[in-house]
Amino acid sequence: MTQNLDSRSKELRRSIIDALKGGGRGHLGSSMSMVEILRVLYDSILRYRAVDPGWQDRDRFILSKGHGCLALYAILADKGFFPREELLGFCRSDSRLGGHPERGKVPGVEASTGALGHGLPIGVGIALGLKIKRSDSRVMVLTGDGEINEGSNWEAAMSAAKHQLSNLTVMIDYNKIQSYGPTKEVLDLEPLADKWRAFGFAVSEVDGHDIAALERLLMSLPLVDDRPTAIICHTVKGKGFPFAEGNPEWHHKSGLTESDIQSMYDCLN
Amino acid sequence: MRKAALECVHELSRFDERVLFIGSDLGPGVLSKMRAEFPDRWFMEGVSEQHIVGMAAGLAMEGFIPYVNTIATFLTRRCYEQVAVDLCLHDLPVRLIANGGGGVYAPLGPTHLALEDIAIMRALPNMTIVAPCDADEMRRFMHHSLNWPHPIYIRLAKGGDSIVSDPKHGFELGRSIKIREGSEGVFMSTGVMTQVALEASEILGREGHEIGVRHVHTIKPLDRDGVMSDISRAVSVVTVEEGFVNGGFGSAVLELCSETSPEHLPKVARIGIPDAFPTAYGSQQTLLSSWNITAQSLAMVMRNHLGAR
Repeated sequence: MTQNLDSRSKELRRSIIDALKGGGRGHLGSSMSMVEILRVLYDSILRYRAVDPGWQDRDRFILSKGHGCLALYAILADKGFFPREELLGFCRSDSRLGGHPERGKVPGVEASTGALGHGLPIGVGIALGLKIKRSDSRVMVLTGDGEINEGSNWEAAMSAAKHQLSNLTVMIDYNKIQSYGPTKEVLDLEPLADKWRAFGFAVSEVDGHDIAALERLLMSLPLVDDRPTAIICHTVKGKGFPFAEGNPEWHHKSGLTESDIQSMYDCLN
Repeated sequence: MRKAALECVHELSRFDERVLFIGSDLGPGVLSKMRAEFPDRWFMEGVSEQHIVGMAAGLAMEGFIPYVNTIATFLTRRCYEQVAVDLCLHDLPVRLIANGGGGVYAPLGPTHLALEDIAIMRALPNMTIVAPCDADEMRRFMHHSLNWPHPIYIRLAKGGDSIVSDPKHGFELGRSIKIREGSEGVFMSTGVMTQVALEASEILGREGHEIGVRHVHTIKPLDRDGVMSDISRAVSVVTVEEGFVNGGFGSAVLELCSETSPEHLPKVARIGIPDAFPTAYGSQQTLLSSWNITAQSLAMVMRNHLGAR
């Protein structure tokens, strides 16, 4: 519901709708569940320079659930990685903002994702590389919940624990709806926290829309000195849009009409 | 050849701190000296090829040059999406050292044979494919691998193969080697099949035929100029590879012929593995014989071509 979204969260959502309007399509539900996670990361946690995206001392953020890129584009534009007007070109042939984010095209995007289960293995490699270089930069990987159906995540999780990658944090956007329907029905992830613990992670759970709680938790990283961290973010798919909240029909939408778009803007008034 | 490749990884790691090694679950003691010397650049990650390729990509993003080693089929089929997206789409300098290209693991059956690896690696943009003909050439190649800016698939043979390469030929990625001259026909071969092609050309030489051998160690990018110089001159061309003919090295040569449409197009025959999973075990040699990939068979195909002109 929108009543607990403050003006900044609404503004970021407006940017996402601007992009949706431009492209006429997009993963609305999957993007709206992670707005507050990205907001807190980019407002208060990550070290970066928007004018110098390759700055070697930056923290690395990997959006493993690449289909949520609308939210990433919105925050990157907000932070000045590229002009905000570019959002309007989303998915167009002359735009660098595609339906999944690409490294080398979009400033601030660390890895090309979209195929699921790739972000965490890459994140393990980066975290390991940073350790070898004795860098104090950190790696954050945001995965979807349906995404962690992929076995590659669990291969990477074993490796992260083996290498005691305390500079690596995986955040799971646990909105509990995947493309077909509830994660509980498609392929139940529970007991999710216990799974990550069993794989050697320090685990915490948080309301993924609670700004203060997210900040408190992320500022206390790593949770354990010699372990990677997993943060299960309990979120609402389509957060802020009553017709889309918890509705798998809004995981991805194409052929959006002007009235669809207007009704989205109306939700944020 | 594998021993030479891994020794080179250790050597390279000594003078370039970007070099590191990642194995899956290899035999005991692999690169133990490197492990002792550079423990922070030596990894044995377990049977997790999807993760390993992604991890190598992440390390390469941080400026490292990972050399990844395991059985060829698990480094290609098992993690094809990771190779395509993590390595090729990002165009990262990761090296895949693939044990047992072709029928090397014959006794272990079709789950362990890498027969389509050339075809599926060829299909990926930015991928480079190298198949040296012996351990000496492997060493020459490995030193050239260091600063190549793209991913490389390195196809290894069984090991203990004869040395047929010559230092005077040198090594340049993407440039084939005319290892034997001959005006009537030419074998174009890759990997250790160059050894079989040389043997076949000797058989034919004793019969009075002058048959050349072009060794194409880099299957991708293909040496267009070198290959086309033979195509435009030779009467008969026979390609030889230890892999499925569908989409493999011979197909690459035919595609080049088709694209360039030379005025003089010789008959091109492809020798390789037919479109079927092998049903027999035995040894690599028994499989090669069953596929008619022997010096005698090569000579016969070339002889038929020469007779048919």
